[in-house]
Amino acid sequence: MIKKISTPLSVEAVKSLKAGDIVHLSGVIYTARDAAHKKLTELVQSGSFAGIDFAGAVIYYCGPTPAKPGKVIGSAGPTTSGRMDAYVPYLMDKLGFLGMIGKGKRSQPVIESIKKHTGVYFAAVGGAGALISKKIIKAEAVLFEELGAEAVYKLEVLDFPLIVAIDSEGNDICR
Amino acid sequence: MREINFDEIVSKIESLCLSANVSLADGITDCYHKALEAEETAMAKSIIADCIENQKIAFEEKVPLCQDTGLAVFFIKLGDEIKIKGGLLSDAVAKGVSLGYTKGFLRASSLDDPLYDRKNTRDNTPPIIHTETVSGDKLEITFIPKGGGAENMSALKMMSPSAGEKGVIDFVVDTVKNAGGNPCPPVVIGVGIGSNFEGCALLAKKALLREIGSRNPDPRYKALEEKLLMLVNETGIGPQGFGGKTTAFDLHVEYAPCHLASLPVAVNINCHIHRKQTVII
Ligand code: SF4
Repeated sequence: MIKKISTPLSVEAVKSLKAGDIVHLSGVIYTARDAAHKKLTELVQSGSFAGIDFAGAVIYYCGPTPAKPGKVIGSAGPTTSGRMDAYVPYLMDKLGFLGMIGKGKRSQPVIESIKKHTGVYFAAVGGAGALISKKIIKAEAVLFEELGAEAVYKLEVLDFPLIVAIDSEGNDICR
Repeated sequence: MREINFDEIVSKIESLCLSANVSLADGITDCYHKALEAEETAMAKSIIADCIENQKIAFEEKVPLCQDTGLAVFFIKLGDEIKIKGGLLSDAVAKGVSLGYTKGFLRASSLDDPLYDRKNTRDNTPPIIHTETVSGDKLEITFIPKGGGAENMSALKMMSPSAGEKGVIDFVVDTVKNAGGNPCPPVVIGVGIGSNFEGCALLAKKALLREIGSRNPDPRYKALEEKLLMLVNETGIGPQGFGGKTTAFDLHVEYAPCHLASLPVAVNINCHIHRKQTVII
């Protein structure tokens, strides 16, 4: 059975998700990769971050290919989540996002952070960027545009297919 | 001598960059369908079904299979009766990559400096080129766009010869287990055994060039390939690392003579979107 959920996530909605569930996610999500995580951390630490409300937001670890003329976005699958692990507990504390989308396993501190905030880690299918691009109906660079593919994009998605990899109780299906 | 124009190579490389990023290597589609049959859980089946759908969309709409369109890796066989007119072969390949990646809306993933600047070169150059001279008047160019996720989980070990076959097997299986879902399984695995430090890594990459389903002509290495593939699939890592029967679609071993004191082993992993295309000029 496929569960349908939308952003921003509420704590109740997150609690209803269990590791192993297949989910279709709709609404606004934000991309961020290594460089964006580093920059966000620096901005928050120096007290100069403003502009985007990440409360209940979902962060997607993705650096898409450029959009062809007339297209919303190019290929847009997930990148390896582990590279973001070092930044996540601090940013979850400070920015209040509840969901993350990526691929591969997470560190113990990230799992603890998910439990603490009643968050969730979704896995998208790595190597399915063409399929996922069809689920993205709007895309706009909103932060760090100079980073190109690594900029923060605000995406509007419709029925983005995901798997709950780590649920709010810390149950983890990654091997 | 047969003359080939610099510009002809450039334009062949440019279109190779595009086609290799939207279509799978021969045999992978069949692997998807076999995996769909073999997998038992709804999750594993749904992942493989998404891969099948992805590959259709990529091919029909000419949108890259994956947003990581890789570092551009080339294996070239240059016939000794060929003269290239108008420039160097390596420059022609680099120019073709630059045009292919910028005009083709592929992602540039190459950085100028690994440690300090890490600045994007913006056109996915420089390519990585391995050239071998062969007899004849043909130029054969094989291109594999190699993504970071799978390349990062690859490993090399200079083993003690006393480790023997068991040591090799343990190292390969441990490398796959450690990789988990990161290299986007089901993977294709290239194993290099022998040569020296750099030669062994190259053997592993060359093993990835082999046809899906092919076996090493040496019966001992053929048996080793079959045993390793079975053990890798018995790890249960499965599609995307969420458990299942298909962890690898195939595994190839290449070997070469080595120093009497050495047993080098390298494992190069590629993801389920195994991309590889060849042009002959
Ligand atoms: S490892 Fe995954 S994300 Fe990287 S190129 Fe392969 S399929 Fe794409």
